[in-house]
Amino acid sequence: MFFAFVRKEGKHVLRDRRSLLILLGLPVVMMTLFGFALSNEVKNSNFIVVDRVPDAESIALTARLDESRYFTFVGKVRDEAEIQSYFRRGAARLALVFPAGFDHEMRHLGHSQLRLIADDSDPNTANTVSSYASVIIAQYQAELASGPPGSGGISVEARMLYNPQLKSSYMFVPGVMTLIIMLLGAMMTSVSIVREKERGTMEVLLVSPMNPLMVITGKAVPYMLLCLVDVLIILLLSYGVLDMPGGANIPLLIAESTLFILTTLALGLVISNAVQQQQTAMFVSLVGLLMPSLVFSGFMFPIENMPLPLQVISHVVPTRWFYQIASSIMIKHLGFAAVIKPTLVLVGMTLALLMVSWRTFKQRL
Amino acid sequence: MSATAQSDSAVRVEGLCKSYVKDGSPALSDLSFEVGKGELFGLIGPDGAGKTTLIRILTTLLLADRGTASVQGLDVVKDFRSIRRLVGYMPGRFSLYQDLSVAENLAFFATVFGTTVEANYHLVADIYQQLEPFRDRLAGKLSGGMKQKLALCCALIHAPSVLFLDEPTTGVDPVSRKDFWGMLGRLRDSGITILVSTPYMDEAARCDRIALLQHGKIIAMDSLAAMLASHATETFAVRGERPFAILQDLRAYPGTRYCFAFGQEHHLVLHHDAGGPAAASAYLRERGHGEVGIRRIEPNIEDVFIGLMHEQSKELRGQAASELGHE
Repeated sequence: MFFAFVRKEGKHVLRDRRSLLILLGLPVVMMTLFGFALSNEVKNSNFIVVDRVPDAESIALTARLDESRYFTFVGKVRDEAEIQSYFRRGAARLALVFPAGFDHEMRHLGHSQLRLIADDSDPNTANTVSSYASVIIAQYQAELASGPPGSGGISVEARMLYNPQLKSSYMFVPGVMTLIIMLLGAMMTSVSIVREKERGTMEVLLVSPMNPLMVITGKAVPYMLLCLVDVLIILLLSYGVLDMPGGANIPLLIAESTLFILTTLALGLVISNAVQQQQTAMFVSLVGLLMPSLVFSGFMFPIENMPLPLQVISHVVPTRWFYQIASSIMIKHLGFAAVIKPTLVLVGMTLALLMVSWRTFKQRL
Repeated sequence: MSATAQSDSAVRVEGLCKSYVKDGSPALSDLSFEVGKGELFGLIGPDGAGKTTLIRILTTLLLADRGTASVQGLDVVKDFRSIRRLVGYMPGRFSLYQDLSVAENLAFFATVFGTTVEANYHLVADIYQQLEPFRDRLAGKLSGGMKQKLALCCALIHAPSVLFLDEPTTGVDPVSRKDFWGMLGRLRDSGITILVSTPYMDEAARCDRIALLQHGKIIAMDSLAAMLASHATETFAVRGERPFAILQDLRAYPGTRYCFAFGQEHHLVLHHDAGGPAAASAYLRERGHGEVGIRRIEPNIEDVFIGLMHEQSKELRGQAASELGHE
């Protein structure tokens, strides 16, 4: 009986080509968008140099920046007034100011000072650009330190953990995965159950000896499998196309994804018990779930920066916990011990939602 | 199956009341009747009479506000799980999976009731044979008549002892309707109790007994023959050019008790002291309706229904006639 339900539900999914295309195409589109088009990498920023007394070191460092794919050297200027004119015209985003005797200080004192001036009219870009420059300078400095004796340090302190190349494309993967599961899990389940109400088939199913638990679980299984397929697509794309570094505990990630899929399915069931029309189900899932999921997951906006009330709200948003789990496993390569707390929170939420959907399931019309 | 011994009625309804809106007009008001075992019972009435509400209460889908109802001796509220096991239900709207094939739908509903198509094929064989050529066609692509036959198969596959059919022939062509009623007759002969609702008066002849439902009340309940016999009201059919104008004038005629449109004609019932059809005919000629044919007819079920409604409430005159569905 149970398998008859799963099989029937599977047929619904497979025969609805348009929905199937959305279900399987969405992860591909989202991954491509976030991976390539919506990258927050800043490439080929123009930079200028103030170097009144050029020497070997300052010339080498300038060349090093120019060689990187993040920067392009566009000229030398004499003073800060000229820097401003470059910035005003938008001809450069960053200026590098070498002190006189940079080479000398480096070799004899072992350290020196550099000034980075960024065009802060676009703070995000300015921030990114100056961190990139800092990293490149730090690398240069590290090479100097292990180089010939007498070479010294430049005091720039910047470390980009977990993403040393500052490649941002795969940083989006945990967030995109969180959103896709949330969207598909909750929306597809609720819409498919409400469809039965709308078409009247629920009426026939009710007047049968069938247990409502059967309808609920019968619906959940095919959508769970579909969501897992989506997780696999996302993983294939991240490792195959976006060059995500290996080392993550994939079985753990899949197990956690399964848990989160269950959470979203349970949420979909709760929605389906509350609404009568497919349109409403879709609207509630999209607007009611997607927006808070996006805002409160920590994927786009850091939760620590939010005012306290919003931080409190974020605790009840399941995506926040799964995003934490997914990024810990995928980016930081942490094991189960690091994600126990969010895992337990998700388990609790899932059980609570299943209870609610069980209790609110209507035995009559 | 698990029917109680002391009662030989398949369905028993006592003082059933149901309102959807608080203090609004009731969908059912103080309804009481019984359906015997193995009876083909028809609920006949216009849209909004309360047919669907009644069937939904009996199939445990809705709760009544007051009154009790039982199916095979089981209470519709307390024993709703047991009732769901032994009744077959076909809702008014086509309620099968349109994206599953004929065979898949039947197999699915068989499984839902814990049986298989093979085990109970003999129950539906008669009907399913007609669907066999389309077994792989999606249910959504069937004709209206075929859809209803499939739905009937699905409602029958678990060998129900009582079958509830809510307007099974609405939107079905006349040939298929006749076919469908033939099937219901054979099912009744095989011992299944059938409660069927319909807005079509002409289908009353196929039922063992009928209840005429109007505004949530039963206004008459008997076999069709007995109802027609007790009606015994002289009825005339009036035919002429400009039928609408004739209807208007007849309703304004002081000798008219009631008059309603029936196809191309008007059915007319006169007051006893009105001078008969000759006076009515003269009145119409006076009003400029040249060739008007008036002849006496045998009243049909619709005449009975209108007559009863007329007795029930004078203000319903006119309005109800236009609400009636007929072929």
